[in-house]
Amino acid sequence: MKYILMMNASKAHWDAYATWSKDDLDANVAFMRAFSKELKEQGVFVATEGLGWPQQAKIVRAGKDGEPVTDGIFPESKEFLAGYWIIDVESPEQAYRIAARASAAPGPGGTHGSMPIEVRQVLSGFADLGI
Amino acid sequence: MTEPPTDVPIEHLLRELTPQVLGIVARRFRDFAAAEDAVQESLLAAATQWPCDGLPENPRAWLTQVAFRRMADYIRSESARHRRENEAALEAVRAPHPATVDASPQEDDTLVLLFMCCHPALTPASAIALTLRAVGGLTTAEIAHAFLVPEATMAQRISRAKQSIKDSGTPFQMPTPEDRAHRLRAVLHVLYLIFNEGYTTSAGPALRRADLSAEAMRLARILRQLQPDDTEVAGLLALMLLTDARRLARTSAVGELIPLAQQDRSLWDRQQIVEGVALLSATLPKGSVGPYQLQAAISAVHDEAGRADNTDWPQILALYDLLKRMSDNPMVMLNHAIAAAMVNGPAKGLDLLDSVAADPRLADHHRLDAVRAHLFELAGDRTAAIKHFRSAAGKTGSLPERNYLLAQAARLSSDPRPIHNHE
Repeated sequence: MKYILMMNASKAHWDAYATWSKDDLDANVAFMRAFSKELKEQGVFVATEGLGWPQQAKIVRAGKDGEPVTDGIFPESKEFLAGYWIIDVESPEQAYRIAARASAAPGPGGTHGSMPIEVRQVLSGFADLGI
Repeated sequence: MTEPPTDVPIEHLLRELTPQVLGIVARRFRDFAAAEDAVQESLLAAATQWPCDGLPENPRAWLTQVAFRRMADYIRSESARHRRENEAALEAVRAPHPATVDASPQEDDTLVLLFMCCHPALTPASAIALTLRAVGGLTTAEIAHAFLVPEATMAQRISRAKQSIKDSGTPFQMPTPEDRAHRLRAVLHVLYLIFNEGYTTSAGPALRRADLSAEAMRLARILRQLQPDDTEVAGLLALMLLTDARRLARTSAVGELIPLAQQDRSLWDRQQIVEGVALLSATLPKGSVGPYQLQAAISAVHDEAGRADNTDWPQILALYDLLKRMSDNPMVMLNHAIAAAMVNGPAKGLDLLDSVAADPRLADHHRLDAVRAHLFELAGDRTAAIKHFRSAAGKTGSLPERNYLLAQAARLSSDPRPIHNHE
């Protein structure tokens, strides 16, 4: 079963990230690289991506004639997806354990991280209603 | 054993020869993990060379020889690091030409391979991947494709599986007689899982995974040749044939699920039903009836009904009664409740569901809600049916299933007529 692990952060968190020291940034990047490598070695890795800065984010809706109408000024409290991993595991518990690893990414000043990771099942084409 | 005819497509030939060659190499070098890699390399070499150069005179000897050379290279590079430990293995490399020594497959090699690949030390997903590669002869890319994961991920999964087998210290030989029965059950379970992966994914973007059920049936047929007297091996093959016979009828052209009662039965594969029923009829009288035979028998009762209304539900209920006694599978309890509802009315089925709902394996399972919804509809309680269809839709991990369940809720909410009561 596949799960997506999503890192969400508010604009304030993004802004704070921009002020991290070089050492803190290096430690974070090194952690992320090692984490992806770990997923690959465990044979559970499907995909991972990091997303652009929220300043560039736009909400697009279809206008009257289907033309794009964009909206881009968001409240400070809004959470933005920062990045995600998709993993293929054998149980939800295994997904939670991996999410806890991601959550422990080091924070600023060498602090021990506990970033919230949203875990959602990716729907399969698998159907077993017994028919 | 005779060579297959030369007009067989190369791919089929290679897949047929895979377990034979791997058996020869693993037996000789006593290193399953390395032998499996060497055979994969020889298969890749054959897949690139044979279409240009034509089939070698003896394809199996050709593959064996290439795999032996790869093993020799591997052992030389390993022995550079651990010279002493590998003296024995080097002896094997120095031995005479493989074609003149021991290149004939032994009947039991494929069986030993199945036991290795379905080793209890492996998780189901690892056992499935390894079985498909080592016994089924699929490439890592093909297996990765079937499970919609990157090839590197699947390669890693297979290599970890082989490492687990290595760590378990299991030699490449037949399990002891005491072990054999439960190891065979593990093999049957893995083949069943492979079948289900394919069968339950015959809709939508993953249509190609249907190949997995065909592969599971091919492996079950091979296992049946190796264990012709085992009634559960026959039962599993019969179950696969009788279930797969309904494949074309169970989804619409756009991939919607169609429940058994509404399937166009003219689309069922008669030939497969005849074969499955014949296999089952020959097996049941041998005694020692197990869960696969019972499930096959239930499938056969469904398959033999010309119309859904003619289904012999009392017979199905009796079979589920038996199955429930020998299987602790919570899905069996659900199906038993459905059969009881069809025979004794939906109230009886709902009572049975209440009595199993506390099982932690079912408490949060979408199928409990889906079955309840179905039985509430039969009982004429539209509101409860809608509520449970929606609740089931919220719990399923499958997109086609969610679409199906929401469509049922929508159908009941929009239908102004009173619900027809089947009682």
